[in-house]
Amino acid sequence: MLKLKNISKTFNKGSINEQELFNNFSLDIEKGDFISLIGSNGAGKSTLLNLISGKLKSDEGRILLDGVDITEKDEFERCRNISRIFQDPAMGTNPSMTIYENLAMAKNKGQKFGLRFLIDKKDEVFFKDSLKVLGLNLEDKLHTPVSQLSGGQRQSLALIMATIVNPDLLLLDEHTAALDPKTSEIVMEITDRVVREKGLTTIMVTHNIEYAIKYGNRLIMLHLGKKVLDISGDIKKNLNKEELLSLFKSVSDKSLFA
Amino acid sequence: MNSFVMGIIQQSLIFSIAGMGIYITYKILKFADLSADGSFTLGASVSAILITKGINPFISLAFSMLAGAVAGTITGLLNVKLKIQDILSSILVMVGLYSINLRVMGGMANLPLFNHNTIFTTRNRLLIIFIFAAFSTLFFTWFFKTKLGYLLKGIGDNENMIISLGINTGSIKIFALALSNAFIALSGGILGQYQGFSDVNMGTGTMIMGLASIIIGFNLIKKIGFSNSSILCIFGTLIYRTSIALSLRAGLNPSDLKLISSVIVVIFLTLDNGRGIFKKYVSKKAKREHSSKLREVGSRNA
Repeated sequence: MLKLKNISKTFNKGSINEQELFNNFSLDIEKGDFISLIGSNGAGKSTLLNLISGKLKSDEGRILLDGVDITEKDEFERCRNISRIFQDPAMGTNPSMTIYENLAMAKNKGQKFGLRFLIDKKDEVFFKDSLKVLGLNLEDKLHTPVSQLSGGQRQSLALIMATIVNPDLLLLDEHTAALDPKTSEIVMEITDRVVREKGLTTIMVTHNIEYAIKYGNRLIMLHLGKKVLDISGDIKKNLNKEELLSLFKSVSDKSLFA
Repeated sequence: MNSFVMGIIQQSLIFSIAGMGIYITYKILKFADLSADGSFTLGASVSAILITKGINPFISLAFSMLAGAVAGTITGLLNVKLKIQDILSSILVMVGLYSINLRVMGGMANLPLFNHNTIFTTRNRLLIIFIFAAFSTLFFTWFFKTKLGYLLKGIGDNENMIISLGINTGSIKIFALALSNAFIALSGGILGQYQGFSDVNMGTGTMIMGLASIIIGFNLIKKIGFSNSSILCIFGTLIYRTSIALSLRAGLNPSDLKLISSVIVVIFLTLDNGRGIFKKYVSKKAKREHSSKLREVGSRNA
């Protein structure tokens, strides 16, 4: 489904701050995989998502999505097949537009944005049904500007918008990190439900070890641009928090004294 | 109606068309587009030179719009493709347009139209201007309801989200600048025919004038309950032109006009932000209201 082949990425090339993050990094993701990606700061999690989404270009290597080489494609071109939700709830929605308008924009993804009217009254039932999944009563606030919603509501809306047209790949970049613990739980549960219902291939970056264990069928730990852990199936299911934490610690301690 | 009031209304309607163009860049894209000053004159020069060459004055305005669109496209290309900062790329185009405008007018700084037919010859001036303003208003009202119109609004709001829809925001920005400058040039072309000449300096301050009108429209009129951006532009321009005309009547020198415009813009921008010298006043007032409310609640509970 998604193949990263021999990716290399160095920041600030040629300066004294030169920092090699990825060297010959490869990753293979199956269709329908829900991967939780963990690692300490600077491990390359966000860079990896940026490389996949096209925000950053790799120095070497190829990226294939569904067999198509997307290495040279710009971010906006890749966005036609890839949806992404960011840590900042303000990133995924248009604040001055209403929920209805935001959903209408998202629904038109992949189609022409021409001179036809955006708002179609016929969509109302569909939008209400899509929002009901959240259980946040957003379906009664269709004509409220998004700027008046809370962070959790916005992030949930962003999730619906990102998945209203099924993307080939869904990238979640610490998308619950800016929310309070309770809202974070709710958004995470909704995420899990939507991802499983639609069978979306998903990569989720998280700092929450519990989420990383609880959700998804595969867990990858990155450290300084290298995969230090890649488990799936029963081994992942039976993983406990203490084990993972101690592993996490030993990896980062090693590098500290290396 | 006396000619003083009539003049204000006619000029306001003409300038409000430029205001609608500036609205796209300033309010929607958050792009400080100073090329407006150049493309306003460009519209007037193109229309004037074509009229003197015997072309139908209405058709000459179509060419004005086309020329404005080209100017806007260049600003957009400088910004998007060559990565020159927005305000700088628009200044570069504005400066360049000065020479272009002189060339368009055959090397003359002023091109009179007094001996030629214009769109106003043998017609009711107000009616003609009204039709153009109404056409522009209807166009923008329609446009902002289309998918493309929403894309424009979305880019100024949250460009990231528009990229995530798989849209090349760069091309949309270039298109927006072209559209904006086309209407600014149309406004310039109409004004040139209205006053009977095109002048190489007539566009100076167009951007600031448009800003003033938009800010006034959105601060004063929007509170009354209008939300159509084009209608807000019209009323904003009307108030702005009236205050300018009145200050002239009060005895101020016409050469002080640009300074007055700047001061008006500064005042309204500051009010808009709630910052600067007004901040103290605003927060004090808010505090006063808040404490009085507290007292009210307190006394009710007592």
